Amino acid sequence: MGLEKALGDALMLTRLDDAINWCRKNSLFPMPMGISCCAIEMMAFAGPRFDASRFGSEVFRFSPRQADVMIVAGTTTYKMARVVRKIYDQMPDPKWVIAMGACTSSGGMYRTYSVVQGIDLFLPVDIYVAGCPPRPDNLLNALIHLQKKVQRGESRGSSTSIIGDLPRREPALMQTAV
Amino acid sequence: MNDTVLQKLQSTFGNAVIESGEFRGELTVVIAKDRIVDVCRFLKEDPGLRYDLLADLCGLDMYTPVKRFGIVYNLYSLQNKHRIRLKTFVDEEDPHVASVTTVWGTANWHERETYDMFGIVFDGHPDLRRIYMPDEFDFHPLRKDFPLMGIPGSIPLPKK
Repeated sequence: MGLEKALGDALMLTRLDDAINWCRKNSLFPMPMGISCCAIEMMAFAGPRFDASRFGSEVFRFSPRQADVMIVAGTTTYKMARVVRKIYDQMPDPKWVIAMGACTSSGGMYRTYSVVQGIDLFLPVDIYVAGCPPRPDNLLNALIHLQKKVQRGESRGSSTSIIGDLPRREPALMQTAV
Repeated sequence: MNDTVLQKLQSTFGNAVIESGEFRGELTVVIAKDRIVDVCRFLKEDPGLRYDLLADLCGLDMYTPVKRFGIVYNLYSLQNKHRIRLKTFVDEEDPHVASVTTVWGTANWHERETYDMFGIVFDGHPDLRRIYMPDEFDFHPLRKDFPLMGIPGSIPLPKK
């Protein structure tokens, strides 16, 4: 743009949305929905070894009202589903969901009556992360991927991506939401 | 020790001791359903036995027309360092058995679990609610006729 040339390095012009999204993507506060063993890897992801703070995401918020992205880490049972949904509903917009691990994404090895066969049956999911549990690196990968979505202004499952290889779900085995 | 326990039980309860067996040195005794609380209290309070720990209480589904459900009591005596197992059976039409919560307090949650999973009703239980499944759930998942993937729509999910 001609204006930038005239003003030199002292000024950068951008759209306001882009500037806000840039701020958002570099300060994603996760809501740790650590339901089972994936939560251990999620803690490693936040800790000094894998260091999520390099991506501005180290501030785990245990109140959903202060969080941007919910990391659902673990086997979600039908009984827990309503709790997860309630916490999700308490998060302010814009909000994102990472389905971490096989159980959360597809029920995983729990092909059984008590486990929801994928949290996307009751939540809009932005990123699925494969693994049982996923390595913290993989979760970091998901976070970086999510940052690109945030920059593009996509949220609430408007586009979903899968990190790694997730097994296909058999639709006949999935209970449907009532 | 197994023989002593069995003899004591047989001399005290006679016909209520229906069957007994030993596997790898562990004694299993089948007790008549209406005497189960008396047998449990005797085993706990007899000074030579003192089965003061109810290690586990669980259910069985034999999937037979009569005596379909079993209830298994695993007992441990801290004094004698000895274990025995009691079993009792109930019919499908009348899955009722007396609660042993008055003998061992720990039976409370175990009996709730057995009720939740098998639908066996423990008469005299202080608070017989489901312990794992949601309260409004209508089925008993560990019964043999319950499908592995559950009954579609039986547990409502939140709307997306």
